[in-house]
Formats: sequence, C-alpha cells, structure tokens
Amino acid sequence: MISVNNLSKSFNLHILGEKRIEACRNVSFSVPLGGFLGLSGPSGAGKSTVLKCIYRTYLPSMGEVWYDSAGSGRVNLATLADREVIAIRTREMGYVSQFLKVIPRVSALEVVMEPILARNGVTRDEARQRAGALLERLRIPPHLFDAYPATFSGGEQQRVNIAHAVSWKPRLLLLDEPTASLDRDSIGIVLEILKELRREGTTMIGIFHDTELMEEVTDEVFPIC
Amino acid sequence: MQQPLIKVRGLSKRFGAGCELCLSSTGPDRESNVCPHCGSVVACNDVSFDLYRNEALGIVGESGSGKSTLVRLLHFEWEAGGGTVELHRTAIVPALDEIFTDGADYSANLLGLSPFQKRQVRNALMGIVYQNPFLGLRMQVSSGGNIAERLLGAGWRNIGAMRKRSAELLERTEIPVERMDEPPMNFSGGMQQRVQIAKALSNNPLILFLDEVTTGLDLSVQARVLDLIRSIRSEFNLSLLVVSHDLGVINLLCQRTMVMKYGRVVEAGLTDQILQDPQHRYTQLLVASQL
Repeated sequence: MISVNNLSKSFNLHILGEKRIEACRNVSFSVPLGGFLGLSGPSGAGKSTVLKCIYRTYLPSMGEVWYDSAGSGRVNLATLADREVIAIRTREMGYVSQFLKVIPRVSALEVVMEPILARNGVTRDEARQRAGALLERLRIPPHLFDAYPATFSGGEQQRVNIAHAVSWKPRLLLLDEPTASLDRDSIGIVLEILKELRREGTTMIGIFHDTELMEEVTDEVFPIC
Repeated sequence: MQQPLIKVRGLSKRFGAGCELCLSSTGPDRESNVCPHCGSVVACNDVSFDLYRNEALGIVGESGSGKSTLVRLLHFEWEAGGGTVELHRTAIVPALDEIFTDGADYSANLLGLSPFQKRQVRNALMGIVYQNPFLGLRMQVSSGGNIAERLLGAGWRNIGAMRKRSAELLERTEIPVERMDEPPMNFSGGMQQRVQIAKALSNNPLILFLDEVTTGLDLSVQARVLDLIRSIRSEFNLSLLVVSHDLGVINLLCQRTMVMKYGRVVEAGLTDQILQDPQHRYTQLLVASQL
C-alpha cells in the first residue's frame, strides 16, 4: 500500500552559514494494506523525519513515497501537488504527533469532534456521542470535555491527541511516539484502540520508544540507522 | 480534481516611473524593492497562485513585502501594472454574463474590466476586512447603517429587510443587537473588527480578504476574532485570503501558505511544511524568529 524508495532528507540551513544537516539517507521499505510497520533506531536516527516526509510536513530531498490512495490512485507523496496532499490528508491519512497542537479556545470534545464532522458525514449529535465515548474510553473525565486542552496534563493532552487522530478512522495512520507520556494503563487502552483500528483495515507506521511494546503491536520492525 | 475559483497569474504593481532595470535590481536577492536606478518601488511582481473554494490561503511576510498590495490589487482598489485574474464560471455574477465567453471555464481577465464591472464583481463576490477599521467602516455612521450601505451597493432596496439582515449579521459576529444603532466609533478595537466582518459578510461573498485582521488586538480579543473567522469559513463556504505577519494566525487558519519578500513570492507550500521545513533563507529566518 505504501512503499518508500531510497528516501533521503537533508536540511540546508541558509541562516546558519549554509549548514547542511542530513536527517535520513536511502531509506527503503514497504507496508502492505492493513499492515503495521514499526520504525526503530537510536534517537536522532531519522525515524520522525521519515514519518514527516510521508505526511509531507517535510519535503523529501530525494527518493519516492508511493502510496495507493483510495481516492487518487497510486501517487508519489514526495512530489504530489499541495492540494492533492491536502485531499489525501483530509480523506485518508492521519498523523499522531508527540505533542498536541492546541488550538486556543477549542474544547477537548470539539477537538475530537471536528475530524469526525469534517469527514464522516454524521450529525453533530452523533459526532458528539462518538467523540465523548472515545474520550471516556481514554479516561478523560467527562467534566473536562468542555475544558481547553491547553490546561491539561501532558498525559491527558496526549490522549486527546490520540482521540483526535483515530476518531475518524483514517485509512493510513502515522504514529510518532503516541504512548511516550502515558502511564501503563493508558498505554494498554491505546494499544487496544490501535488493534481495533487495524481490524477495521487501517494501515499503520509507528515509532515507539518502548521496543517490547513495538514488537507486540507491529508485524514487522524496520531499523533506521 | 476541483478547479480553482480564481486563477491569478503574473500579478504586478510598480509605483513610480519605472525603468528597464527595476526588476533585475530589486527582489529578495537584492534585499530591496526600491529600484536604485529610477527610485520606483516594485511593490509586487509576477505573483501567481490559485485560490480554491472553501480554502484558506495564507500570505506571510514582513511589512513592505507586498502582501497588502496584493490584496488591494485583487480587490480592485489599485490598478495592477500587469497580470491576469480569472474567475471560474461557477461563480455567478448577476448581470455580468458578458465576462464569460460561451463555453469557457474561466472569465476574461477581471483586471481588464471597466470600473463599473469591477464594482459589480466586487459587490457580488468579495468581502474585505482591514487591519485598520477606519478603512473598512464609516466610524460616525451607525453599525447597522454601515452594513446597510454595503447591502445597497449589492442591490438591496427594502429598508426593513436590510435592517433585519444587519441585525442577523451583528448577532452572528457577537455584537449586541441593541447597539446596532451606535457608530463603531464607540466600540472597542475587537468589536470594530467584528462589525467589519459582519459588513464583509453581508453580500454573501465567495472570497473574503483578511488583511492583518488581528494585528494590534490583545490576545483574548484576537482569539475571539479568530474563532469567529474559523466558524464563518465553513458556515459560509468561503475562500479566504489571509494576510498576516503572524505565523501563529496563519498556522491556525490556513492549510496552504505563500511567503513574500520584497514584492516576490519566495516560497509556497503546505503551511506545516513552510513552518517545519522552510526552504528559503528568508522563511528560515522568519520561522526562527517566532516566539
């Protein structure tokens, strides 16, 4: 479903005297439809860089990222036009970052409802119900639903972030340390949710700090060094 | 794939007599937009982009980069020196069928229309909110009157209907309706911006230009104005052109962004890519300078 061929990314920092930083080099792997690939490697090896190149937050310097899109056919995400990347992000591709990008004055419930409303064509009430159920499952107490996540603890923010990313059931999900700031119980719940998503057909690529945990949820681990 | 609502190609504007060396002597590489040979200012040169339905396109750059010039050219306030602006035929302008050739997907160059036709296009399709509310509002005229004036321009004639529409819009932008007869002069900066937004929405535009709308407002007021913009965008199915020097505002509102410097577009891309993997020297400086 997705194959990364000879992907390299380097940064040319013009303002630091044309300094060049190589973030990853000649990375190649592929993930079948419904598969779950883990990316492993030491800190700074370029794991997040690879995910960001797939999501196109980074512009790949070289190589290709072929993706079999449901809506647009087989496309190379490395060079695809901005508008088409947006369309694929909107309909198919989700991304969970290490940190929640907080939008001021938007409540936790609305953060999770928004992607459901925008994508799944359901009523506000149903979206609210789904979002509420997901948050509750992730142990966000209902009295916090109307509060702004900016004021939440790190672990709570991370759980809102996960709820936001999985609520609309993306076809391809990129996970960058989704469990980094969570306690054991929360991690268990997140893994359960990820397993359910897979059963429903979501393909995933993920980075996990904890190697044991990565072995447990993924079918294959690709080392990046 | 959907076709763009407007296609802008090669849009340019120069202030001053101009000479043959203006373009080669100005721009980001020359670190100036003033021609050293004739003193002309190249405010905006060869700007091209597409704006789609229901999207927000950001334009960032420091003051003097040409971003407000761009908006004023598109809003027909200033005469462009060159370039084309074409409108997709799904954007129906009442009584202005003649700008579409039979069968063509796009209109004739809007920049070449007569002043009267430009006004019709503007009244039918565009709204604008300025950084300075004095530019967008008559400060001594009641808020309701400000909106009614715009409705008159768009062809409304019934006083009762105009008053009702004004009240609805002010309510939507969180201005207490009982204050609709007060002039904006009496209002706070944030309220004035919200009256401007109500006025800009009154003709049900397809395209809304936002020129530094939250600059100078304090943070809580800014958040309220941004909230309002976010909600009206989807509610009114608007295409937004968001001009700002504030990367936070652009990040919040826009999926795509262009970066301008000395009258040129130096970089364009997905907003998260512009912010996390800026390519141009100037964009790198801008991102690295953000608080």
